[in-house]
Amino acid sequence: MFLQQIANALALGSVYALFAIGFTLIFGVLEVITLAHGAVFMVGAFAGLIAVTRFNLGIIPAILTSMLASGLLGFIIDFVAVRPLRKKKYHHLAPMIATIGCATIITSISQGIFGAEAYRFPFDFVPTKSYEIGDIQLTLLQLVIIGISFSLMIMLILLLKRTKWGKAVRAVAENRRTAALLGIPVERVFQITSFTSSALGGAAGVLTGLNFNAIHTYMGGPILHRGIAVIILGGMGDIRGAMAGGLILGFSEIMSVAYISSDFRDAISFGLLFLILLIRPSGIFGKVPERKG
Amino acid sequence: MLKLENIAKDFGGLRVLNGVSFEISEGQIFGLIGPNGAGKTTVFNIISGLLKPSSGRIIFNKSDITNQPPHVVTEQGISRTFQNIRVFEDMSLLENILVGMHRLFSYSSVSMFFDLPKKKKEEKQLREKAMDILSIVHLTEKADLKAGGLSYGEQRKLELARALATEPKLLLIDEPAAGMNPAETEELMNEIKLINKNGYTICLIEHDMKVIMGICGYVAVMNFGEIIAEGSPEEIRKEKLVIEAYLGKDEKSA
Repeated sequence: MFLQQIANALALGSVYALFAIGFTLIFGVLEVITLAHGAVFMVGAFAGLIAVTRFNLGIIPAILTSMLASGLLGFIIDFVAVRPLRKKKYHHLAPMIATIGCATIITSISQGIFGAEAYRFPFDFVPTKSYEIGDIQLTLLQLVIIGISFSLMIMLILLLKRTKWGKAVRAVAENRRTAALLGIPVERVFQITSFTSSALGGAAGVLTGLNFNAIHTYMGGPILHRGIAVIILGGMGDIRGAMAGGLILGFSEIMSVAYISSDFRDAISFGLLFLILLIRPSGIFGKVPERKG
Repeated sequence: MLKLENIAKDFGGLRVLNGVSFEISEGQIFGLIGPNGAGKTTVFNIISGLLKPSSGRIIFNKSDITNQPPHVVTEQGISRTFQNIRVFEDMSLLENILVGMHRLFSYSSVSMFFDLPKKKKEEKQLREKAMDILSIVHLTEKADLKAGGLSYGEQRKLELARALATEPKLLLIDEPAAGMNPAETEELMNEIKLINKNGYTICLIEHDMKVIMGICGYVAVMNFGEIIAEGSPEEIRKEKLVIEAYLGKDEKSA
């Protein structure tokens, strides 16, 4: 029973991690909390759904389509709402509020198109098979979700570690002025980061839609709150932190439903986050701010 | 090579640079000296594109680079280091250098997923080149360590090496010897001379007169946002205005 819950938690937590990893990357590089990340997630889910229902694509092409669509959306949000404020050197708050505006507009338009009802993927889109490993029963769907989200996260880490643009992104995250002086086109790095992070958010949307077999226009709100909690828990701007934080949140949610009560799910998991932050205020991987003497 | 024409800069109502003009010719080690607050670093910030001048022009190799953003100035061939160290602490020394070589990479990011021979070859070349650059400042053994763990003097050297990695024609160095002990300073002077011999023109801000006198071929002295004297180190040493600016009226010397 306990092992079974671990499998469930891994499926849920890996999607949280995937959502949060892009969220935290944007913060680390652009120093903006994009509150439109939930809306991007929702649009990604619908893009994946349309790719499947209209164009009969399989799961991998559908996820790629969703990533392309949500990545473009992220790019546009940056271009329209964040970039002009960046040029005027308003930091943190003004761009954050601008992204709330974007989220509202995107959600309203989506509700205009799709209404408020929940959509589903076609029956047996991911065949209802399951595999038994010892006492654990893993459904094919869970394997797909865990597999895809971890592959995407590993790919992101490799991109950041190994490629020219990855190094540029890390350099800008550490110090954008120095990076600019070394010949890195910082503006382009911002655009690449917005695209990539949003693409991952969109993929998380499709996987969530599959996991709960429901896609609706207001699915961005709850995940956004969780995402914020996860990136604060993990340490703002830290990729490993977002992964760890996502998994911890997934585990605490599943375990509180399994062993306590589903009524207390959010209270327990957010209470746990609060406790961790009391012990490590800058998050699990967050740097303790140095005291300047 | 680099020519500043009548550069002025106001911060609010305060004029911090007032008609600064000088010219650096190719192959020189040019020293920019002056008391604290004279405006030396502001001059560097304006040349490198971090600040815009209120008036005046900057000509680099016959093209006007006034008001260009920093990455364009770097592309034109001007690189700089900072007075307060700004290495990327979370990256290894080698990665710090590779970031500096950003615009020299040609292969696309997609190709990292495939082991193309061309990419491998290029990557190997770039790594070798990065190691060569590290060897100028004697840091090759620490190439894979995180830059944050280096000593103060070593971080300064790494910063210098990283600036070299952008393949500049002109290197602006802001107070390289600050916080170094005499032995480190000595080594640094030799390294700067070596860099200069390898074909880089250098402009140096420095407080340590020993460094200036030891390596600069030409010196300009600033005080209160203006150039008050220029010439060879020997000439400058005798200049009355300079002695006044430095020794002042009973103030501590630099």
